[in-house]
Order: sequence, then C-alpha cells, then structure tokens
Amino acid sequence: MSGPNTEYDPVEVTPLKADEVESMRDDALAAVAAASDLEELKAARTAHAGDRSPLALANREIGALPPQARKDAGKRVGQARGAVSKALAERTLVLEAEHEQRILVDEAVDVTLTLDRRPRGARHPLRTVEERVADIFVAMGWEVAEGPEVEAEWLNFDALNLGPDHPARTMLDTFWLSPASAARVLRTHTSPVQARTLLDREPPVFVVCPGRVFRTDELDATHTPVFRQVEGLAVGPGLSMAHLKGTLDHFARELFGPGVVTRFRPSYFPFTEPSAEVDFLCPVCGGDEPALSTCRTCRGEAWIEWGGCGVVNPRVLVACGVDPERNSGFAFGMGLDRSLMLMSGVADIRTMVDGDARFPMPFGWEI
Amino acid sequence: MRVPVSWLREHVALPDSLGVDELADRLTMLDLKLEEVDRVGGDVTGPLVVGRVLSAEPEEHSNGKTVNWCRVDVGPEHNEDQPDGGEPSRGIVCGAHNFGPGDLVVVSLPGTVLPGGFAIAARKTYGHVSDGMICSTRELDLGDDHDGILVLAPGSAEPGDDVPTLLGLREDVLDLEVNPDRAYALSIRGVARDAALGFDAAFTDPADLPVPDAAGPSWGVTVEAPEACPVFVARTVTGLDPSRATPSWMSRRLQLAGMRPISLAVDVTNYVMLELGQPIHGYDRDHLQGGIVVRHAAEGEKLTTLDGQVRTLSAGDLLICDDSGPIGLAGVMGGEHTELGTSTTSVVVEAAHFAPAGIARTARRHRLPSEASKRFERGVDPALPRYAAQRVVDLLVELGGATAEPGETVVGTVPAMPGIELDPVLPAAVTGIAVKGEDAADALRAVGCQVEGSGTDGLLGVVPPTWRPDLTDPYDLVEEVLRVVGYDRVPSVLPTAPSGRGLTRTQRLRRLAGKALAGDGLVETMSFPFLGPADLDLLGLPADDERRRLVLLENPLSAQEPGLVSTLLPGLLHAAARNVSRGLEQVALYETSPVFLGGQDAVAPVYGVDRRPTPEEVAALDAALPAQPLHLGVVLAGEREPAGWWGPARPVSWADAVETVREVGRLVGVDVVARTGALAPWHPGRCAELLVDGVVVGHAGELHPRVCRAFDLPARSAAAEVDLDAILAAAPAGARPDPYSVFPVAKEDVALVVDASVAAVDVAAALQAGGGELLESVRLFDVYTGAPVPEGQKSLAFALRLRAPDRTLSDDEITASREAAVAEAVRVTGAVQRT
Repeated sequence: MSGPNTEYDPVEVTPLKADEVESMRDDALAAVAAASDLEELKAARTAHAGDRSPLALANREIGALPPQARKDAGKRVGQARGAVSKALAERTLVLEAEHEQRILVDEAVDVTLTLDRRPRGARHPLRTVEERVADIFVAMGWEVAEGPEVEAEWLNFDALNLGPDHPARTMLDTFWLSPASAARVLRTHTSPVQARTLLDREPPVFVVCPGRVFRTDELDATHTPVFRQVEGLAVGPGLSMAHLKGTLDHFARELFGPGVVTRFRPSYFPFTEPSAEVDFLCPVCGGDEPALSTCRTCRGEAWIEWGGCGVVNPRVLVACGVDPERNSGFAFGMGLDRSLMLMSGVADIRTMVDGDARFPMPFGWEI
Repeated sequence: MRVPVSWLREHVALPDSLGVDELADRLTMLDLKLEEVDRVGGDVTGPLVVGRVLSAEPEEHSNGKTVNWCRVDVGPEHNEDQPDGGEPSRGIVCGAHNFGPGDLVVVSLPGTVLPGGFAIAARKTYGHVSDGMICSTRELDLGDDHDGILVLAPGSAEPGDDVPTLLGLREDVLDLEVNPDRAYALSIRGVARDAALGFDAAFTDPADLPVPDAAGPSWGVTVEAPEACPVFVARTVTGLDPSRATPSWMSRRLQLAGMRPISLAVDVTNYVMLELGQPIHGYDRDHLQGGIVVRHAAEGEKLTTLDGQVRTLSAGDLLICDDSGPIGLAGVMGGEHTELGTSTTSVVVEAAHFAPAGIARTARRHRLPSEASKRFERGVDPALPRYAAQRVVDLLVELGGATAEPGETVVGTVPAMPGIELDPVLPAAVTGIAVKGEDAADALRAVGCQVEGSGTDGLLGVVPPTWRPDLTDPYDLVEEVLRVVGYDRVPSVLPTAPSGRGLTRTQRLRRLAGKALAGDGLVETMSFPFLGPADLDLLGLPADDERRRLVLLENPLSAQEPGLVSTLLPGLLHAAARNVSRGLEQVALYETSPVFLGGQDAVAPVYGVDRRPTPEEVAALDAALPAQPLHLGVVLAGEREPAGWWGPARPVSWADAVETVREVGRLVGVDVVARTGALAPWHPGRCAELLVDGVVVGHAGELHPRVCRAFDLPARSAAAEVDLDAILAAAPAGARPDPYSVFPVAKEDVALVVDASVAAVDVAAALQAGGGELLESVRLFDVYTGAPVPEGQKSLAFALRLRAPDRTLSDDEITASREAAVAEAVRVTGAVQRT
C-alpha cells in the first residue's frame, strides 16, 4: 500500500510517460492474446495485471505526481489497465470454452453399452385384459363387482333359475366341495356376483364382474378347467335387448377395433329370456372369400363366437328381490381367455397357464 | 342332434335349390345351432354300381387261400363283351364266400374312389386281371358288423344302378346343437317344423296318423305314479318274422343319425324316436309275466339293465314292472330280461310320457344318460305316445311281417297346456324392436301356439302347443316372437348408466401392487388352484401345519390334487423350476390369487327362489364358505441381476424376497416390518416374519435347501407369501402430512456391537426410541463381522439424522440425543458402542 510519494520531484516520472504506459499495455495485451490455455493465461494475468505487474506499479506512482499531472497520468494508466482487464476476461471465456470442450470429448463413453441390469417384469395379459375391460365399462359409469370363488350352490345355481333338476346344470360341469351335500361349489360363472349385487343394492345397477371361474374340463389346447370371464349386468327401469346390443357393440369396438360388427344369434341360458349368443364378424377376413376359407382366426366360420347374453329372466329378479314389474335388465358374459386369444392370436390356451415368464413379456403392462 | 337332410326334406317342402349351408344358417338363426355339416360320402366318386353275379368259380391257390373268380353283370354301360361269346360282364376276383350266382352285389369298378379315399384300379391278382372289387358294408362305410360281401335284397335294384344314390352313400347330415329348452328339436319332426317356419314351407307331420278309436286294452297296464307318468300307451304286435332284416334305407338313416342298427324291432323303435322325438320301449311279450305296473322303486331294489349292469335302485327311481318285479328304469333304460332279441316274435310297444325332473335325477344317479333320458328330461310332447306307438306298429307290420293285435291300452290323459297371458306391448318393450301386438300374435301362431285376442287391445291369451313345454311365462313367448321376427332386427342403443363411483380403493391399490411388482422386475403367473399332499410334503410342512387342512373337492380332476390351494407357493415353485429348466437365468415370478382355508365344514343353505332371502339368510350363505383371502406369492431363483460390463451377477438372496414385499407395502403406504421368523418352507435361519401394525401378514426369505432340491430349483432360491388383502386394508387413506422442517440436519454415525442373534430391526427401534423426537431417521448402513469384533458378535453401523422442526440444533442437543439413543440400544439389546 503506498501513500502519496512526497519525496519525488513532482516534475515527471518515467513509468508514467505516455509511451511507456502504451508499451506496458501492448505487452500485456500481447501476452493475453498469446496465452494458449488457462494456465498460460493465469501466468499472463499475474505478469501483466497482478500486484507486481508494470501497470500496477505505474499506478502506484501516480500519487507521487504533482497534482496537476495526476489527472492525465491516472487516465492513461486507468485506460491501459481497463483494456488489459477486458482482454483477460474475453480470453478467459474463450479458453474456458475450449477447455470444457476438450474435457467433454475426453470423457465420451460408448452409450450403446446396454445396462439391462434389472430383469424386466411383466403383468399377465389376462390381468391387463381384465383391467382394460373394466376400464371400458367404468368409463360408461358402470362399477366393478367382485365375489368369492368358492360359492354357495344357491347363488351359483338356484338364484339364477337353475333349479336342482335343470338340464342346464349338468351342462355346467361343476366342481363340488366335499361333501356335495354341503352345497358349496367352485363358481362355474361369475353370475353369482351379479346375484349378490342385486341382493346388496337397489336398482339401477350397472356392474361388470370379471373373475376366475371353474369347470371340470381337462386341460388341452382349447379347454381349461380354470378360466377368466367378465360378466355384465344392468337392471333398471325400461332396459331392453336394444340396450344390450348397444352396450356390446361399444364393448366390442373398444376391445377389438372400431370396425367390429356384431350379431345376435338365438341361444338359451336359464338366467336370461330371451337369450342370445353374440358373435362378431371376423376382423381378419371380414367373412369374405377368398380369405375366408383359409382364415386362421375364424377358421373359415366368418362369425366368431364371443359370449352369451340376454334379457334377465324375471325369475332371477324375483329371487334377488327386484320387482320385475318396475325393472328389467340385461346381462352378458364373455371369456377373457378367449377374447385375449382373439386379440393376440394365441393359439394354445396352455401357454397362458404354464407360468413361462416369456409369455407375458410381449404384452406390456397395458393392452 | 344329427339330421340327414334327405330325411328332413321328407317332412318339409324345402325348395330343391336350397343349399345345405343356407339351410343350416337359417336354422342357426332359429336357435338350432349348426355344429357342423357332415358331408358323408362326399369323397365317393366314380363307377360304383350294382352288379349281378353271373358266375363264381372257387379257385384254390398255393397259399392255401380259396378265392372266387367271378363274372359280374354291371349293366350295359359298364359291361364288356366277352371274346368267348359269354354274357357281357366284368371279371372280378373276390375273397369272400357269402354270395353266389344271381345275387345282387355292389361293384366298385376301376376309377372308383370309396369312402376314406380308397381308390380302385384294375390289378393283376391270382392269375387274373380283376376289374375292381365286390364291396362289403365296411368298405362302403355302411357299418362294420358284417365281414362278408353286402348282398342286396333280390329285386331291389338292377345291374348298373348307381349305388351312392341307391344306398344313400352321399348324404349331408346337419349336426345341430340343441339347447335344453328346445327338446322338440331332438327329432326330425321338430327340426322340420322349424325349417318350415324358417322358409315358409309346407310341413308334413309324421305323427299325423290314424289311431284306433275303439280302445280295447292291448296289454294290462297299471300306473301307480300318475304324476311321474301321466300317459302310458301300450300296443301289441305278434307274428314278427325274426329273420327279416332292417331295410338298408332305415339302417342307413339310423347310422347317419349316429345310432347303431341292431335288429329290425329295435331299429324301428329307435327310428320312430328319431323321427318323432318320442322314446319307445319294446318288450318281448313272451318274457313278460303279467301286466305292466309303473311305480316308484323301493329303496335297495335291484334291476339288471340291458347294458348288463346290476343297478341298486332308490326310492326316487320310477320303474316299469311285471309280476316278476322291475323290468326297466322308466324313461332311462330297459331291463335285460325282457329285451327284444333275435328270436322275438311278439312285441309289447311302450310309448309313455314321463315327468322330466324324475328322469333327470334317475339318469344322473345311475350315470345313465341315454337317448331316451336325454329327451324325457328336457320335455317330450305328451300328446305323442298314441301316434308314436301307431307308427311303430305300422312299421313292424310293414317291414317285419307282424300282425297288429287289436286294442290299444291308454292310461292317463294328455295334460292340458297351461295358458299364458301376454301383454302385447311386452315383446317390443323387451326386445327394443317396434313389434306390433298383432304381429306378435301372428308370430306365436306360427310357432304353433293358440292365440286368443287381436293384439291391438287387451291381453293375448296364449296356449303353447304340446311340444313346447318350455313355454311357461310371457318372457318365453317374447323369445319366440323375437325368433320369428329376427334377432338381427334388435337395434343398437347405448344406455346411459347413472354416474358411477369408478374403481374402489381396494381395486385401485391391487392394480398398483401389480404394477409395483412388475416394475420391480417380476413376472406375473396364473396357476391352477389345485393342491395335494405330495406338494405339501415337498414344502416340508409339519403334520400340524394349518396349510395341510385343505378345502377338499368332491370331484377333483386329479386324485393327486384333491383340494384347493392353501398356499400359492407350490404352483409358483413349479413354475419357477419350469423356467429354470427352459434356460432362464433370472427367474422372478409372482402371483396374486385367493387361497382357501380349510377346517370350515358348514353346510350352505339352499333357499327357495320365490322371494329375496333375508340379510340373515344371505349372511348364512357367506358363513358357510371358507375364508378366501387374496395372497401374494413371490419366487426368485438364479440371479437377481445378471453379470455385465458393470460387474459380476448378483445372485438372488433372502433379502430380495423381503424387499419385494416391503416395496409393495411402500407403494401403497404401508410399512411392512420384518422380524425373525421360522416357518416351512423357508431356511430356518433365513426366514422373516412380515408384520403390518404388529400383525403377522406373511413370510419371506430364502427357501430351505431341501425344498430347493425337492422342486429342482437352484440353491438359495427365495420366496415370499403374504396376505395381500391385509396389506392393502392397512393402506392409509387421506394422509395429512406434518409440516417438514427447513432447519439444517445433523448427521451422526454410531457403530454398535451386538450378539449375532440380535435382530438389527430391534437395535434400530431402540435407537429410535432413545433418540426421541429430535431423531428424524435411523438407517442401517453397514454390517461387519470379523476382527476386531469378537466371535459371535456383529457390528451394526447406523446413520442418524437429527433435526428440530423450529430451530437449528446446538451441539449439546445433538450429543444428548445421540447418547440417549445409544443408551437405549445398549439397555435393550446389550449393545456395546464401538469407538
């Protein structure tokens, strides 16, 4: 720190001569410009802008000048130092950018090295189909109902107009819990959930019941003793088969694509009257020759069986305490396994149940 | 029901141009669903003709076989002139001997293709050129009962006649699926009636026969159970010629319809059943002892049915008896003793109506689903017996040379069909089609109903025809109207449901749990819920383990798996082993399915259906069902992470199983706590008991080495099984988080040496308890054994984070909290702080 230098003769100080200052400035600018990396720039800064640099020393001398000379000298030195400082700042930016550029290049890796460190997981496509179906109906304001898989005989059969001697009972190959006299079964359909829903709440009721059901079929390519269904039930004033058709048309289009065409075909179920099967026109061949006869999706049948449906039999409403004079309803049921097979071309049902982790992988988490 | 189209056409005037596919499509849309069209004989082509044997010269050959060298007249079109001036004919070698000169036979000339694609060519054999083959019934696919050549009845054809036409070798047979409410369609009569409806064609009722009007009894019949047997008709024929064979047209039709020709008398009863739908039973009158009695069986009574089985009867079985005792299970199967045989000359014909329910029960009880019981249990036209019996008598007279005895026994009367009142607007309301009342009335008349009323005002009074016992209420009539109007006319109208509540919280959480598991690298599987003791043994479950108390099935698919799953692990372990054996190196599977807890042997009530059960009655149904909690099962085998450029593979460890469950808990906001556990099938030293709010919800850890070996799994495979319902039920709803502190955190590490048997979770809990409110979190970050830690002890290193909600902690506060934490851990677990 230097105070005013009172010992100097106040006439002239060499380092403060104009050409000296310019020379110092030019040396400094040249050094800055010549610095090729941040290290050299640091050295240049020390040499030409540091405390001991010529310009810094010159600055200190200003105080020693006579007052009338200080103004000019101060201006000269100040401008020189300003120019050096600016050059340093600019050069720093340039060199820092160059430096960063070099580092990032040096640090480059092969990003094609894949990690795959955590093995992939998957949900079963039957699960995602089940959820997709539920979502289609939830979007229409329906709710998803559930019930037990081991079910009371009365709910699985009697309440659904399947009395003990009904011939259709023998067609539903039923697993009975031991002893059979205890009147408990593995549900043969999810219809008992519908009955439970009606017992549980007042119309209007709009529910879908997805779930696992059981029949005493041996496992082969097209049969399985354990499969998944979705059933739907709507009960309220003024519901008709036209509403059933509208609902199934929407359902089919959502699941299989906007162009899907459905048809009703007469059928029989004890719990519906009238009853129908709903088929849809093969979306692959469209039911037209020449593709039809070799079509592997519909096997040349044009119409693909999808499920059963109908107007809820008033006897079922009575057994569940719903007044059939004031309410009517419709119901339907589809196999989810079968729907999945139709959607994805799975040919052998066994591949869906043997637990091979490769089966669910291609389906992703959403269908 | 198999329906030969030519038989159908006999009773309905279908246009000649109508193709079988169009016919089948129309019937399908009338609820007679086509299973398939069986184009019988569709592959038969070429010159298959009638031949008359002119000569048959036996020639003995060196192989010891005698063959006939035959000249056969095959008609002018196919005969060849003989150079020796003999009668124009063809020469054929034949190995059979049951025919001779003058017989009419079937000749397949060269160029013929027989059923099954069997191509015939001229060939040199036994020193002759044989111009084709003389055919047996088997070669013509007409049956397999006779080994010899088919000899046609004399005079029944001329040489050169086309055999496929003559014998009905080519026939389209509709195989129709008949629903339980359409019993009438289990007959040609019923199908013809619907075909007539479908094509607006004339129907000829084969039951429209004259029956005797002066009814002297034909055979003594007493019906003691008129509810079970409202109508019983008996007729008698005598003088039946037992040597008469069933004509080929009849045996062919039986065969095409899927029945085996047996003898003329039996074939006639079956033929009439197929034609009219009325099951018939014939008794050999010479073996009947006295009059027929229809009564219910006494418990334990015995009967040998005509399949040779001795049946022990129940009180519900309806019997046909004579003085000797039971001679038949009514409507199900006849008895052996009075069976029609090859020497029968006198036949008592039974055509009766039996109530459906009793027949169904008897057929089920004795596991005897017969052609007769199939029809009776669905409902036969009760007006048929007299006409069906007449048809049988007529055929036995015509074809068997029999004489109809005068008289007809008719016990009971045809029950009147109950009338149904139909609101004429109901069809439109139910179907959504604008069906007018008068159109509905017309449709019902078209299916055979008597309809009173115009349909324009007032109710319609509808009496269904006798062949439609399934029509019992207005909705049944609506279906008939819809069938006639056309299912394809139902419009498509999307209903508006009331605003729904969306998925329930549990449903949403279940989806989340599944996604968490899949996101954690696990693959969902779906196993069958069947389980047996063998798998429980493989798991090494002790004898008193509650998972051994299976819910048992009355009729399991496999005797090895008689019950329902009490644990998901066997299915998962087998699936994992399958994956390993197929070369997968990182196996991580999960399943969410219910398990069924045994030991609950209640009987579920069966209520009536005329009213809603009370809430108490519904509760009684639920109380009779076993508990069925939703479980989550997990199995991990092989590598949890594979080797890669980042380093070596990380094998599956017990901790992965624990963490998988804890991760599910974390995603739904439930803290699943692990404690030291001990349960099969886990490694006794590596089994965690998992708790939620202090209640055990399951277990996880490394599998017992013996279990890994038993299931062919890699060593150190890990598994978990928890009650997912319990975890999801604990998920907090509507969280209200405390404000978090914005003051600096103080981090303190402590190392505590404890006995190796002390659970880290207990040490952490003690630290937390001792550290008080300022201790924000405790995290175990290292476990160390080995010098200088003494043998049998381990060093646990914990990172403590301390923070106050309202201020920066002072050094003194930090020290005091840490020391209090350590002091509590020392007190509770005997830990020694490492310094």
